Amino acid sequence: MGFEFLSPAFILLIAAVLICLVKGHARTAIILIAPMITLLAIWQIPDGVQSTVNFLSYNIEPVEGSPLRRLFATIFTIMVFVGGLFSFRIARWYELAAAFTYAAGAIGVCFAGDLITMFVYWELMAIFSTIVVWCGGTPSSRAAGIRYAIMHFLGGVILKVGIVGVVLGTGSIQIQPMLATDFSTWMILIGILINAAAPPVSAWLADAYPEATPTGSVFLSAFTTKTAVLALILLFPGESVLIGIGLFMVMYGIIFALLENDVRRILSYSVVNQVGFMVVAVGIGTEMALNGAAAHAFAHIIYKALLFMSAGVVIYRTGKNKCMELGGLFHTMPLTCVCGIIGALAISSFPLTSGFTTKSMISQAAIDGNLVWVYMALTAASAGVFLHAGIKFPWFVFFQKDSGLRPKDAPWNMGLAMIMFASMCILLGVFPEILYALLPYPVDYQPYSIGKVLFYLQLLLFSGLAFFVLLPLMKRTMTISLDTDWLWRRAGFSLVKLIERALSSLSEVVTQQRNRLQELLQRMAVRYLGQPHTADSQERSVFARSWRVGTTVLWIAGLLSAYVLLYYL
Amino acid sequence: MNDEKQLHWLVRPSTIRKLWIGFSVVLTLVVLAQTVIYVKGYFGFDGWFGFGAVYGFVSCLVMVLIAKLLGLFLKRPQDYYDEPEQIKTSAPSHDKVKENSNGV
Repeated sequence: MGFEFLSPAFILLIAAVLICLVKGHARTAIILIAPMITLLAIWQIPDGVQSTVNFLSYNIEPVEGSPLRRLFATIFTIMVFVGGLFSFRIARWYELAAAFTYAAGAIGVCFAGDLITMFVYWELMAIFSTIVVWCGGTPSSRAAGIRYAIMHFLGGVILKVGIVGVVLGTGSIQIQPMLATDFSTWMILIGILINAAAPPVSAWLADAYPEATPTGSVFLSAFTTKTAVLALILLFPGESVLIGIGLFMVMYGIIFALLENDVRRILSYSVVNQVGFMVVAVGIGTEMALNGAAAHAFAHIIYKALLFMSAGVVIYRTGKNKCMELGGLFHTMPLTCVCGIIGALAISSFPLTSGFTTKSMISQAAIDGNLVWVYMALTAASAGVFLHAGIKFPWFVFFQKDSGLRPKDAPWNMGLAMIMFASMCILLGVFPEILYALLPYPVDYQPYSIGKVLFYLQLLLFSGLAFFVLLPLMKRTMTISLDTDWLWRRAGFSLVKLIERALSSLSEVVTQQRNRLQELLQRMAVRYLGQPHTADSQERSVFARSWRVGTTVLWIAGLLSAYVLLYYL
Repeated sequence: MNDEKQLHWLVRPSTIRKLWIGFSVVLTLVVLAQTVIYVKGYFGFDGWFGFGAVYGFVSCLVMVLIAKLLGLFLKRPQDYYDEPEQIKTSAPSHDKVKENSNGV
């Protein structure tokens, strides 16, 4: 098909350009058809490296296929399609173009056969996801976008340092499993983990995503963190430090989501929480665990986008995004409410939803590895997910007290997008074999046994009880929670101000002294040498005259170019 | 009674009472079902009677309490990060921010 050299990402890149060029129905057609063509192209790519291009003495492999890579590319493309359907009527053209380019970056990473190609697409994602954040259009989204960009470009630099180190050390730019044993591999790991919102910089996610538009955050929720998970699966399977990091992320997400008042920020924290599950799985590193990480990423993109969509519809219709201002919306938004609840049940891994059939694979991997504490922590976290996302999100948005708001339900395209993802949540929960067939390793796993379902029902229903019993403790307040970003948003800022003030008072003193010295020297010069000649005095001849700096620079530039030209002649 | 009629059926106090009763019955059944259904314990203790229920409830309780405790230290007014130019003092003090937010 000619995909030996061109990654399917190029289809979305071309689509992004076309989105900028055309209008109206033609644009809608591109938004909906381009992902379908991309999906077709993804499934044309056979396993293995498709081509090698020699670039600067490195063997670049732009396209490499494998079941894992196809799986991630598939869900990214489905996400682009449904996200496009969700947003094409209200999103600006530049937001859609940026989102498509961002998605193209993610798909490019999926098929990157070498570290250099991966890095290029990685940076493409960083740039265009920043633009998606900026499309929020408010002063706070501009500021959050700048913080987001700094974090991701910093991550990119760290990743690049690691890649250079590995290339120098091993002479190979291949993407192959490694362990964090030396400086370069640690740098690669850290660079990837920054994109996965790992501690201590998890704050970027909940800082940036809620500042995008209601449609932009749907796209944002899908690509960056899951691409990082794919990179971890490809590069660091079985790196045991990831287990600890992942568990921290799981707990961090729950605790901060419990403290939060902003609807989309609650969902952002639960992205960190869910990615934590996947990071743990990569850390365990067995075939079952890696299958679980991949399957969970697949299911997670669907239900998380669904949750962001239902939050997006609420924000689009009401203009409010705080739990305290919302409530009672089920009256007039039944579809959004039901879809939100399905997404919430899926993220809580309720039986018969996609969360149950995928997340339980990770728990099973912990059991198989005899990791008691990991298993117990993951189980507690499953209960916590139900608490912070499964009940808290729908309860505070659609029920609790009646806020008096009676907005209209979702427009048809948004409703259709939510219905598609809600059905997929249930489809993958009832027929998990569909997803299991796509996983990188053969699956020998029965998600449903009556004892296990009963155990999870006990666990989840009693966390539900805990929610309503502890409801007085969870009264929302109009607050934000400090995170490590306090260090650079507040402490660092104050430090810079302090240094700035110290330096400016220092420079005042220096200027004063310099002026005094100059005056003194000038007086001495006048006394002993007489008055200086004035500049541009007409009495002088042409070459003795002083010239303006600009003219001189132009002459120098001209002479140098002439010199270069002559040299090559 | 008229008041009650005007409310949506889902938010009438009588419905909420019924929901609580129904929910309690389900909870009881889910625990009692363990007498007939065997729950496989992978590490011994997790197969105990009602372990899932107790573990789910207790871990949620602990997490909420930890969140509550951390909230004492971490919660700030919403405009905490807004207009940092206003903060002229070198050390970022919480009281200062409160003053600002009250002043606005």
